[in-house]
Amino acid sequence: MDFFMQNILIIVCLFPLLGVALIVLLVARDKGQDMKVKWIANIVAFLGFVVSLPLIIWFNSPQYINAANGMRFVVKKQWIPAIGAEFHVGIDGISLLLILLTTLMGFIAILSSWTAITERVPEYYCYFLILQAGMLGVFIALDFVLFYVFWEVMLVPMYFIIGVWGGSRKLYAAIKFFLYTLAGSVLLLLGILALYFFQYQQTGVWSFDVLGMRSLDLPLDLQWWIFLAFFIGFAIKVPMFPFHTWLPDAHVEAPTAGSVILAAVLLKMGTYGFVRFSLPILPEATMQFMPWMMLLAVIGIIYGALTAMMQKDMKKLVAYSSVSHLGFCMLGVFVVTPVALEGGILQMINHGISTGALFLIVGILYERRHTRLISDYGGISQNMPVYATVFLIMTMSSIGLPTLNGFVGEVMILMGVFADPANRFWAVAGVAGIVLGAAYMLWLYQRVMFGENDNPKNQGLTDLTSRELATFVPLIVLAFWIGLYPKTFLQYLHDPVNEIVEIVRPGEFPAISEQNAAKE
Amino acid sequence: MDLLGGQDAFSYLIQNSLVIRPQIVLVIWGIAILCVVPFLGKNSTRYPLFYTLAGLAVAAFYVIWGSDAGPAFGGAIVFDFFTRFFHLLFLVAAFLSVLLSYRYLEIEGSHHGEYYALILFATAGMMFMAGAMELITVVVGLELMSVSTYILVGFTSRQRRSNEASMKYFLLGAFSTGVILYGMSLLYGIVGSTNLSEIGEVLGANEVGPLVALAVILTIVGLCFKVAAVPFHMWAPDAYEGAPTSVTAFMSVAVKAAGFALFFRICLVAFGDIRDLYVGILALISMLTMTWGNVAAVTQTNIKRLLAYSSISHAGYILMGLVAGTAFGVRAAAIYLLIYTVANLGVWAVVIVLRREDIKGEDMDSLKGLFSQYPAVAILMLFFLLSLAGIPPMGGFIAKYFVFASVMDVGLNSSGNLAFLMFSVAIVGALNAVVALYYYLRIVVLMFFERDFVPVPLALSTGTTITLVVAGLLTLIMGIYPQPFIELAESAALPLM
Repeated sequence: MDFFMQNILIIVCLFPLLGVALIVLLVARDKGQDMKVKWIANIVAFLGFVVSLPLIIWFNSPQYINAANGMRFVVKKQWIPAIGAEFHVGIDGISLLLILLTTLMGFIAILSSWTAITERVPEYYCYFLILQAGMLGVFIALDFVLFYVFWEVMLVPMYFIIGVWGGSRKLYAAIKFFLYTLAGSVLLLLGILALYFFQYQQTGVWSFDVLGMRSLDLPLDLQWWIFLAFFIGFAIKVPMFPFHTWLPDAHVEAPTAGSVILAAVLLKMGTYGFVRFSLPILPEATMQFMPWMMLLAVIGIIYGALTAMMQKDMKKLVAYSSVSHLGFCMLGVFVVTPVALEGGILQMINHGISTGALFLIVGILYERRHTRLISDYGGISQNMPVYATVFLIMTMSSIGLPTLNGFVGEVMILMGVFADPANRFWAVAGVAGIVLGAAYMLWLYQRVMFGENDNPKNQGLTDLTSRELATFVPLIVLAFWIGLYPKTFLQYLHDPVNEIVEIVRPGEFPAISEQNAAKE
Repeated sequence: MDLLGGQDAFSYLIQNSLVIRPQIVLVIWGIAILCVVPFLGKNSTRYPLFYTLAGLAVAAFYVIWGSDAGPAFGGAIVFDFFTRFFHLLFLVAAFLSVLLSYRYLEIEGSHHGEYYALILFATAGMMFMAGAMELITVVVGLELMSVSTYILVGFTSRQRRSNEASMKYFLLGAFSTGVILYGMSLLYGIVGSTNLSEIGEVLGANEVGPLVALAVILTIVGLCFKVAAVPFHMWAPDAYEGAPTSVTAFMSVAVKAAGFALFFRICLVAFGDIRDLYVGILALISMLTMTWGNVAAVTQTNIKRLLAYSSISHAGYILMGLVAGTAFGVRAAAIYLLIYTVANLGVWAVVIVLRREDIKGEDMDSLKGLFSQYPAVAILMLFFLLSLAGIPPMGGFIAKYFVFASVMDVGLNSSGNLAFLMFSVAIVGALNAVVALYYYLRIVVLMFFERDFVPVPLALSTGTTITLVVAGLLTLIMGIYPQPFIELAESAALPLM
C-alpha cells in the first residue's frame, strides 16, 4: 500500500498501457477476438478511473505533501543527468481535477465506442489507451522535458484515431491536426530552451524544473520572447482565435469518442499550459500581454458563438461552441484575479463535462442515422424521451443555467474580470457571449427535438440503450454537483490559484478562501 | 631532421601502425576477399558475407578496447575519442548495411564478393578521414572512400540507371574533390604546412586576407558537396535513386557521417579561430539545406528520392551543430548523426525488403497496407519515421533537442548579428520539423490507413530482420534513456575543443 501511494501518479499514468499490453498479447495469439478486446479496454479504463480516486482521498494527508513547494505525491528520479532533465512528477489542485476529468472522460469515451467502432477494433483501443497515458503524463509532469515528451506522444495516437476511424475528410483533418500542433510545440520547445539556458546562467545548475523556473529573475525582453513562443504553442492547442482553424476539421472528422476526448481533455492542455507555465514563470510578460490576450479571448467568444449559430452540421456547431467556451476560460485565466482564474479553471472542467456530453449526444444520433445535418431531424423527442432529457440537461449546462455547472464557472469568470477595474469592459463583452450561447444551443435543441417528426427515416429511432445512458449518468451527476455545491471542487483550487495570482499581480487582490469565494 | 624519433624504421612502423589497427584490419580483410572470391564455388557465395562481418567485428574490437593514441606518422593521424566515436559509427553502419545487402543483391542478381571488399575499403577510407590531422591524409582517406563508393553505386552493372548514377556521382565527386584540393593547396601556400593544428595557429595569429578567405571558402564548399548540403546537393537524389538500395543505405549514413567528421575536424581545428569569416555562410547553407531538402521531398513519389531529399534536410540540421561551433554543438551533431544513422538504416531496411521477386518496390504506393499484412514491420517503420521527424519518445527528439539547444545556447550568450543568426537558424529548423513531418506522415498514411497490400511476401531475411529489430530497439532506447549515448557524444566532442 505504501509503495502504491508513493508511486500513485506513475501508476495512474501508466495504467492504461497495461491494457495495451493485454490487447497486444491477446491479438498476437489469435485474431478476431474483438469482443474480448472491448471488455479488456473497458475494464482497464474503468480501473484506471478507480485507481485515480485515491488521489482525492489522500490529497491532503501530510505525508504525501512536498513541504518545499506544496506539490502532492511527488516522485523525483534521475533521468538524463547529462542535460539535467529529471523524472519529476507531482500534482496540485489544478492537475488533480484535470487528472480525474481525464480518467473519467477516457473511460466514458471508451465505453461509448462499443458499437460505434467495428473495424480494426484492437488497434483502436490500443491507440485510445496510449492517448490516455500521454494525456495523464502531461498533467503530472513537473519537468519541462518530461512534459514535452508527453505533450508530443499523445499526438500520434490521436492522429491515428482521426485518420483511420474518421469521417470522409479524415486524412486532411488528421494531418492538419498533427502539423498545427507540432508547429506550436516546436516553438514551445525553443521557448523552453531559452528558459533553460537562462536559468543555467543565473544558478549554474542545469535543470528543467518547472517550479524552480518561477524564482528566476528574467529580464522583460527575454520574457517577452519566451511568452510569445509559449503563447503560440498553447494557443494552437486551446485553440485561441486565430489559431482555431484545425479544431472544427478535427472535431467533425474524428469518431465520436475521439471528439469527446479532444474536447474534454486535449483542449485543456493548452489552457493548463498557460496556467502552469506562462503565468507563474513569465509574470511581467503576462501583464504586458494581458490586453491582447483578453482581446483574443473575447473575439474567440463572440466569433465562436456567431459561427456556431450558422452551422448546419450539429458536430460543427458543438465544435465552434468549444471555441467560444474556451474563450471564456482564457478570459478568466488572463485577467489573473483570484476569482476569475479559479473560475477559468473550473470552466475547463465544466467544458469537459458539458461539451464532452454534447459530442456523445450528437454521436448517438449519428450512429443511428448516419447524418449530422440539423435539417434531417425534427421532433426526435417523441421517439427518444430519455435522450431528449439528457440533451436538455446538457444544453442547459452548456448555456450556463443556474443550478448547473456552466453557470458557476461563467459567473466566477465575469465577477473576477469585473473586479479588476482596468478590465471591466471585457466582462461586458463576455456577457454577450452568454446570450449568443443560449441562442445557438436552444435553437439547435428546438430544431432537432421539437416539432413534428415528419422525416420517415426518423420514425424508427430508438431511445438510449442502458450502456449509452450509463455514459451520461456520471456527467449529469457532476453537472448538478458542480452547479449546486462547487465547493467540493473549488477547495482544491484555492492554494494554487492564490499562489499564481500572488506571483503575477502581487498584493493587488485579497487571497481567495472559503469565506469570500465560491458563494458566487 | 630525425623523422623517426631515434627509432629504427621497423619499430617506428610497428608502433605507429598500432594507431591505425582498425583500418589495417579492414584493408587486409578486403584484399583477402578479392583474392579468394574467384575460387569460390557456386554454393559458397555467402562466405564473404560472414567473413566481412567478422572483419568489421574485429575492427570494432580494436576501436572499443583500444585506447586513445597518436598523433602518429609524424602527426598525420590521431586516434582520439572523436575519431573512435566516428569509427564506431562507421562500423555499425557498415555492419548493418552488409546485413541488409546479401538478399537484396541476390534478388538483383548481382551478389558478388567484390561488393564486400569495396564496403570494407570505403569504411577504411572513412576511418582515415575521421582521424586525419593533416591535409594529405584527408585527401587519401577521402579518395579511398569516394572511389570505392563510385564503384558501389554502379554495382548493379546491368542496370542503366545504376551506371548513370555512378557516372554522375563520379563526375561531381571528382569535381568537388578538385575544389577541396584547390582550397587546400592555397592553404598550404599561405601557411606552409599541411598539419591542421599548425594551419589553425597561423590563421588565427594573422589578419584574414582575401587569399585566406578564398582558401577557406573553397574548402568549405568542397566539404558541402561531400555532405550534400544545398546548393551543392544535386548529385545526391540521382545517386541515391540509381544506386543499389543497400548501397544507398550505406551512403546515406556512413558516407555522410564521414563527410561530417571531416567537416568538423577541419572547421574546428584549422578554421576555429576565424569563425567570423564563414559562420554566416554556414548558417545560410544550413537553413537552405533544411528547407530545400524538405520542400523538395514533399512532392516525391519515388521513395528512394524522397528519402534522399529527407537525408539532405537532415544534413542541414547536423550543420546547426557546426554553426554553433561550440563543444555543445559538436556533441549535438555527434548525437544527431548517431540517432539519424540508426533510424535511417531502419527506414532503408524497410525499402530493401519491399524489393521482392519482380516488384521494384520503389514507388511509395508499394507501402500501401503494409500494416495489414506485416504489422511489426509497419510499426518499426513508424518508429523510424517518427524518430526522423523528431517526435518523442523516439531518439530523433533527443537529436533535434540537442541541435536546437546548441544554437540557442550561442544565441543567448551573444548579441547583435550573431544572436540574430542563431535564432534564425533555430526557428527555421523548428518550422522545418513541421514540413518534414508532413511527408513522413504521407508514408504513415499509406502504411496504416490503406488496406490493399500487394500480396507478395516481403523479402525478409535473417539479416534484414536483425537490422530492423536492432535499429528499432536502439531508436526507442535512445529516446527513452539517452544518457549513455549523450555521454559518448560528449567525450567525442572534447578532442576538438
